Amino acid sequence: MLTARNANYDSGCIHVENLNLWYSESHALKDICLNVPRGSITALIGPSGCGKSTFLRTLNRMHDQNELVRIEGDVRYQNQNIFDPHIDVSALRKEIGMVFQTPNPFKMSIYDNVAYGPKIQGIRKREQLDSIVIQALKDAFLYDEVADRLDQSASALSGGQKQRLCIARALAANPKVILMDEPTSALDPVSTHKVEELILSLKEKYTIVIVTHNMQQAARISDYTAFFLNGSLVEFSRTKEMFENAKDERTQNYISGRFG
Amino acid sequence: MQTNPYPIPSKTELVAGSQKSSKPKRKSDQIEKAVEIIFFLIGMICVALVLLISIYLIAAGLPAIQKIGLIPFLTGTTWKPGAAVPEFGILPFILSSVYGMAGALIVGVPIGILAALYLAKGAKGKTKKVLSALIQLLAGIPSVVYGLVGMLVIVPAVRSIFHLSDGACLFSAIIVLSIMILPTVISMSLGAIESLPKAQEEGSLALGATSEETLIKVVLPAASDGIAAAVVLGAGRVIGEAVAVMMVAGNASNMPGLFESVRFLTTAVSSEMSYASGLQLQALFSIALVLFAFIMMLNVLLNHILKGKKGAC
Repeated sequence: MLTARNANYDSGCIHVENLNLWYSESHALKDICLNVPRGSITALIGPSGCGKSTFLRTLNRMHDQNELVRIEGDVRYQNQNIFDPHIDVSALRKEIGMVFQTPNPFKMSIYDNVAYGPKIQGIRKREQLDSIVIQALKDAFLYDEVADRLDQSASALSGGQKQRLCIARALAANPKVILMDEPTSALDPVSTHKVEELILSLKEKYTIVIVTHNMQQAARISDYTAFFLNGSLVEFSRTKEMFENAKDERTQNYISGRFG
Repeated sequence: MQTNPYPIPSKTELVAGSQKSSKPKRKSDQIEKAVEIIFFLIGMICVALVLLISIYLIAAGLPAIQKIGLIPFLTGTTWKPGAAVPEFGILPFILSSVYGMAGALIVGVPIGILAALYLAKGAKGKTKKVLSALIQLLAGIPSVVYGLVGMLVIVPAVRSIFHLSDGACLFSAIIVLSIMILPTVISMSLGAIESLPKAQEEGSLALGATSEETLIKVVLPAASDGIAAAVVLGAGRVIGEAVAVMMVAGNASNMPGLFESVRFLTTAVSSEMSYASGLQLQALFSIALVLFAFIMMLNVLLNHILKGKKGAC
């Protein structure tokens, strides 16, 4: 459990040590220790309410808004504890982007949605914004579908397109890590397939942490898998190993569909 | 046409199936029918009232316009109904109402929206409860009380601050009216802001935006429909307000200036109604018709704007 302390703090890695989280009185995350490997896809699986989404949202401090949440422990990113009061949360979130369960494009044009992050970062030049937006849309496999209507409202897009737009929006902010909270749970199979392909293609450039309730999805796309149960991290290993030969009995039961 | 290999039951089959379990004319069906008719009638009465008022206003307002002529009536700058050669130009009233509305919106809407933002995102717990209750109270104060406070506080203050001979002017009216629209603007904007899905805000925060940036760039634009509706209602209240305006605006039929004594469309009708007769009385109805047309235009314009808005994501 102490390996994290000795590890080499590369950029793009997240090191979690003895992380505990309470929602008022309920203990939602218990002593989580986990190293998120760089340049790979890490899937967080487990039954509903096991804490996998809660864990994901600690990584970019999305619990800050909720006064009922209390956190103890260390989450280190680039050799800094992200809960350090001196840390710039905005800067952290620019490095660690997020894609949500339900596609949540802003009520603006497709272009403005993608340009939102770069504009927040102070980029004003039109040519520079243009190239960032187009590149992000291309990287999100969406450009060909929307190239002729960038100035139209994002609300006219289909669910799958909206989610790819949200991914493009995250990419445009130039993050190193992307957190995804069940990004395909609101999508149909075809859109899900497209988004999964997209996630795989992003692996080269980004570290991805993805929460999924769908074990087949975890098996299809992830390199590492973490299995959560009742707020604890039961097992964390290479996805192939876990699905072929889980060490913990509870993991075996869950993966083989005996509960959850 | 080929026959369908997977036949779905036809409509008649489905209906026949469901009728087996329920007897044909049940009592509850009749009650349902009766209730439906009652609701329909009540709805029609409301529609009929609106139609009656419109028809009456048009019928009562047109004769004077015919006699005076539409263009001289609307663009004439002098209102002298009692003169040897009476003049019926209502441009001063129209402009005063329009300027008053614009002024009250310019002052009141930003304050109202900022207050709503504070209540939605800044105020917590008890503070929020007390402030919300006070704002509701503001909506319940009768306009004559606003007029009274305006007369006793704002008019003298305006006179001494701007060194005027009389503080009863358009400026005082704008101040009073902008306070009067605050409760409408605040509570409607607050409703619009609080009904937004949290996902939009989170999306912005997750991109590294601060909460202030999120409020201005994401929350406000997403709530713009509701805020636009709040502005319309506020504008309607200003255009239709008579009592408070009469008490603080000076009530002289001048062409409007910020520190001129002015008369709005509403006060033009109410201040002469008690003694007017003949063509003057008819002209007052015409003014009411113009006021009515204004409010209709406002509604149509805003419906149009709201419909033109693109839907939520």
